[in-house]
Amino acid sequence: MSVTRNIALAAVLVMAGAVPVRAASEADFKAAFSAAEAAEKQADQLRNKWTTTESELATAKKAAASGDFDAAIAAAKEAEALAQASIYQATSEKTRWKDLEIR
Amino acid sequence: MRKAFSLASILVLALLASARADEKPNPAADQKAFQTYFIKKFPKVKYEDFVNGPYSMDEGLHKQWEEKEQFPPYEFAVETGKEMFTTPFKNGKSYADCFANKGIGIRQNYPYFDEKEGKVITLELALNRCREANGEAPYNYLKDEMASLTAYMAFTSRGQKMDIKIPGDPRALEAYENGKRYFYTRRGQLNFSCATCHVQSPGEHIRAEVLAPALGIMNAMPIYRSEWSGMGTTSRRFLTCNSQTRAVPLEPQSDEYRDLEYYLSYVSNGLPISGPGARP
Repeated sequence: MSVTRNIALAAVLVMAGAVPVRAASEADFKAAFSAAEAAEKQADQLRNKWTTTESELATAKKAAASGDFDAAIAAAKEAEALAQASIYQATSEKTRWKDLEIR
Repeated sequence: MRKAFSLASILVLALLASARADEKPNPAADQKAFQTYFIKKFPKVKYEDFVNGPYSMDEGLHKQWEEKEQFPPYEFAVETGKEMFTTPFKNGKSYADCFANKGIGIRQNYPYFDEKEGKVITLELALNRCREANGEAPYNYLKDEMASLTAYMAFTSRGQKMDIKIPGDPRALEAYENGKRYFYTRRGQLNFSCATCHVQSPGEHIRAEVLAPALGIMNAMPIYRSEWSGMGTTSRRFLTCNSQTRAVPLEPQSDEYRDLEYYLSYVSNGLPISGPGARP
């Protein structure tokens, strides 16, 4: 490999490293958190909130307060997924509970 | 041929599903099926013993219960409850003025359906309403004073057979059905219903605990639990069951819990009151 090629390759690598990866912003967190809260509100209306969803929401808030928006978004997304699962559970159990009944 | 067979199967399943949906509520039939299920599942357990929860499940545990009853951990709560029950309120009236038979030997009639209000009234709720009607602040539903008061009232009713009535009011039947639905509905991240533990798995271990059968479970309330290092009410038991499945518990004495207590007590009609109880 020629010296020129090596220099060019090194330059490309340095440039690639220099391109900043966009850090998660407060706005990104707010969007993720509000989606999670909306889902949890729906679970509440179905009287079927999960303790784990509440705990992830609290974790997200705490991480955001300390400025760690990456962790805050991850927790908010986890909270939303858990809330969606609790909504699914409450909805499907409207008829499925009968399968367990002693007859 | 195969196609016709599949079609017939689908039709049969559809018919079964629609038959189930059309079923009319029949609490008496439910009660019979419920009790028969447990009697058949545990042929060695004496009928009256189901009220002793996990201690009824095998000989060794029963022996533990007999020994525990020599110096029962709920004794202090009964004494405190008696003193509280007999001490007049500031206005000179007392709990005895709020209940039939002055509150003695009546535990087996709770909860009942109040046709005026159109809702289920539990003993815990009736006690706090009695306090408020006499100018006293309500107690916390979960433990301490409420547990002591209900312990004393249960103690005066020991041996009386649970006798829950469902009046002809359609709202009473609805409350019963809501309680039944709550009992069998899976909730929480662990996807457990009350029935998962107390119908499908009584006698089995869940971690260090031996699960109690649902039959007679209300008859022993309130209970001293070693796990709590103290007394707890029916409300406390419902709330902790929910949080153990990772479900956010509802407010104590919410309609759902009142209806659940109504259902669970009704299906245990005929079994003696054994409260207050002691549990591991």
